Amino acid sequence: MDNTYFISDFCHITAEEVSVNGTVILKNETAGFETFLKEVYQAIDLKYSKFFKMDTLSKLTFLGAELLLKKEGSDVENWKETALVFSNKSSSLETDRKHQQSIEDSENFYPSPAVFVYTLPNIGMGEVAIRHQLQTDNAFFVFDEFEPEFLQKYTVSLLQEKKCSQILCGWTEVDGVSRHGFFYVVSQHGTTLHTKQNIKNIYTQS
Amino acid sequence: MEALKQELKESIIETLNLEEFSPADIDDNDALFGDGLGLDSIDALELIVLLDKDYGIKLTDPEESKTIFKSVEVLATYIEANRTK
Repeated sequence: MDNTYFISDFCHITAEEVSVNGTVILKNETAGFETFLKEVYQAIDLKYSKFFKMDTLSKLTFLGAELLLKKEGSDVENWKETALVFSNKSSSLETDRKHQQSIEDSENFYPSPAVFVYTLPNIGMGEVAIRHQLQTDNAFFVFDEFEPEFLQKYTVSLLQEKKCSQILCGWTEVDGVSRHGFFYVVSQHGTTLHTKQNIKNIYTQS
Repeated sequence: MEALKQELKESIIETLNLEEFSPADIDDNDALFGDGLGLDSIDALELIVLLDKDYGIKLTDPEESKTIFKSVEVLATYIEANRTK
């Protein structure tokens, strides 16, 4: 088996724009981040009402997967065997705070089950797995900063162990003013070698 | 009763984030779960919280909630008979 892996596609979602493989596909003219994510949903013509029930972190995760896994020309059989490896700095802290606020006042104690279910950072990956019927490995790591070296080694390990045919990796940070997503697919197809430096380079492209 | 049904439709849309629906899209007798609005188990829990928060009704029997959440019509009738606020 050829153990050479490539970054076959990548995507950035920021408060300013969405780009796929370095090409801007949508710019945010006026909306806040949450509203912009809805605009992305509409722009790519999604029909998935569960999207609106998700927290911001899961919406971001979901859209990154939509943009890369079902892009034109993608191999359906390949994306069914896609493992998910995500990471961020703030875990699900924003939603955790929202839940905490709803249980602080004993006189007004009405925690929302729909908020509570998103108080883990890996729930967005679950949404992706349900949407794309993935029964593959998934892992979520919390780091102080983006860790290309760790991610490179971890994804290669999964691929070499034949746990999957490709991997969708993501850095999905949602807390306060820090709101952005970076996604890339690692497989045996492509032209950009899957190296620590190349991961770092495309991460910093946004 | 008509005002309560309208209020419920608006609350359900807002609370359950049914952004692709407007109150006019929900018929009084539409099934809330299954083939109707397609609500799920987390939505059912949200409706239980909504009944407590907005109408002072505490549901404890899951079987009872299955019946009460059949449609807006059934839900409004139940609220009218049991509300404490």
